[in-house]
Amino acid sequence: MKTFGGPALFLDRSDINTDEIIPAKYLTEITKEDLKPYILEDLKLPGFDPKGEKIKASRVVVSRSNFGCGSSREHAPWVFEVNDINVVIAESFARIFRQNMFNCGMAALELPKETLDVLFGYAGFADTAISVDIEGQKISVRGGGKEESVSFEISPFDKALVLAGGWVDYADSKY
Amino acid sequence: MGMTIAEKIFASHLVDEPFQGTRVLKLDVVMCHEITTPIAIADLIARGKDRVFDSSKIKAVIDHVTPSKDSKTATQAKMLRDWARRHNIKDFFDIGANGVCHALFPEKGFIRPGYTVIMGDSHTCTHGAFGAFAAGVGTTDLEVGILKGVCAFREPKTIRVNLNGKLPKGVYAKDAILHVIGRLGVNGATDRVIEFRGEAVDAMTMESRMTLCNMAIEAGGTSGICMPDSVTVDYLWPFISQEYASKEAALAEFKKWCSDEDAIYERVVDLDVSGLEPAVTFGYKPDQVKSITEMAGTPVDQVYLGSCTNGRLEDLRVAASILKGKKIAPTVRAILSPATPKIYSDALHEGLIDIFMEAGFCVTNPTCGACLGMSNGVLAEGEVCASTTNRNFMGRMGKGGMVHLMSPATSAATAIEGKMADPRKYL
Repeated sequence: MKTFGGPALFLDRSDINTDEIIPAKYLTEITKEDLKPYILEDLKLPGFDPKGEKIKASRVVVSRSNFGCGSSREHAPWVFEVNDINVVIAESFARIFRQNMFNCGMAALELPKETLDVLFGYAGFADTAISVDIEGQKISVRGGGKEESVSFEISPFDKALVLAGGWVDYADSKY
Repeated sequence: MGMTIAEKIFASHLVDEPFQGTRVLKLDVVMCHEITTPIAIADLIARGKDRVFDSSKIKAVIDHVTPSKDSKTATQAKMLRDWARRHNIKDFFDIGANGVCHALFPEKGFIRPGYTVIMGDSHTCTHGAFGAFAAGVGTTDLEVGILKGVCAFREPKTIRVNLNGKLPKGVYAKDAILHVIGRLGVNGATDRVIEFRGEAVDAMTMESRMTLCNMAIEAGGTSGICMPDSVTVDYLWPFISQEYASKEAALAEFKKWCSDEDAIYERVVDLDVSGLEPAVTFGYKPDQVKSITEMAGTPVDQVYLGSCTNGRLEDLRVAASILKGKKIAPTVRAILSPATPKIYSDALHEGLIDIFMEAGFCVTNPTCGACLGMSNGVLAEGEVCASTTNRNFMGRMGKGGMVHLMSPATSAATAIEGKMADPRKYL
């Protein structure tokens, strides 16, 4: 099973779309690994550098509402996957992106705004790390000498997909 | 208790309910293009499962970058082409017969009321115009669809959008849907089906209904959907005349899918379209919508007419009626991509292509190309495009470029003036 945790990257904006996550011009790549250098290349956000060291070290992305809207391209979850980011936490997701994450055996976790704000309270610390326990439905955040944990809701189907390693394996064994 | 059309389709296609709230549905049509399918094909090969569940239910087209622009896109096209041949997929459309998927497949009569349809393309919601449940999916869902003919969805909650009244002169389905998205917001319909109702929808052609449903995803919707009626039957008749004794018989059959009078909606939105003005987006999200009156005079560098939203014959007719005998402004360049070979050919025979060319348009082959900044009209940094497409995300049509979404009529008026212009004065 994939690992769900590590240094966190906070993207404090709603409606981050899949064109920003991986621009269309790279959709001509036919292996997931080839997408790696282009992660979030077109995202313009104060203090964010898509070519910087921060993103290379990050293992979790935390953002706001309607994350992953727009194109259905699964290249968006893949570009996270090949950069060892297997979990995105947000207030809400666009349906196709969310399903694509779970279909790849990755996690797109939704938190109510107040709970998400607890995580964003750690955005300013350089050492903030998040770990996710999918089965126990618990997110732990640590940074700046503080530590706390919050619980999250996940549909039983989405949880089963993560545990099965994705939809192809799940569906192939069942249908 | 009454059911919505989406609920009826879900109930009739249910294969499994592995968990509460999750429905695995049998698929009637699985559509494929060369951008999102090759990785599914490669994965199936790697798993030793290079099979298709039913080659007659799979439709494939090379449309996003065609003819191929470089070795990489040629490889993607080749992967799809080889796969289609290997599995004897007869409904495969290659260069010469290919067009924008969501315009081409309806034109071939592939979509019927009550169908379940998926494609690895977010604008698959377009096909809901036929009274089908049609959803864009990612490559993994597509892969499972190809292999097993099933796809999982959450329970369908429906937002009913009533377009009441009659669209005024110069205002079209595109303007209506932009206003609806402005009302709902870009995630106002996430995990929801948008059911389009009302007398304005009843009065629309299938082409206009496709424009309406095409942009359901821009409000986050899983599928747009319209009630099948006599307009649907007339459109499909060349393809179904062998299956039904009469149009009335077909209509009676199709009507069974329509939402019941007492169906339960999560939300009902009423919009009186008789007071609408032509709409234009102003920002980088499709819910940032203003009327042309507020936006008129904004200079543009390029006008683009085409795409799965507005590259159909009626779109070309409206634009041509405005452009006839006129020239585009010297400061602007204009590109037309008829969405399918048939549309191109019909437009040619009607004399529309002459009108566009005499006005100064470049007429390209059918392709998705410029809409997503892949080819055939990519913008330079800082350039502005007036476009009949569906997404105005920052850099969508080229890094650093800005897109304003609008109707074909508004784009034609804009081409003439070189700045955003109200089409009503030309009609």
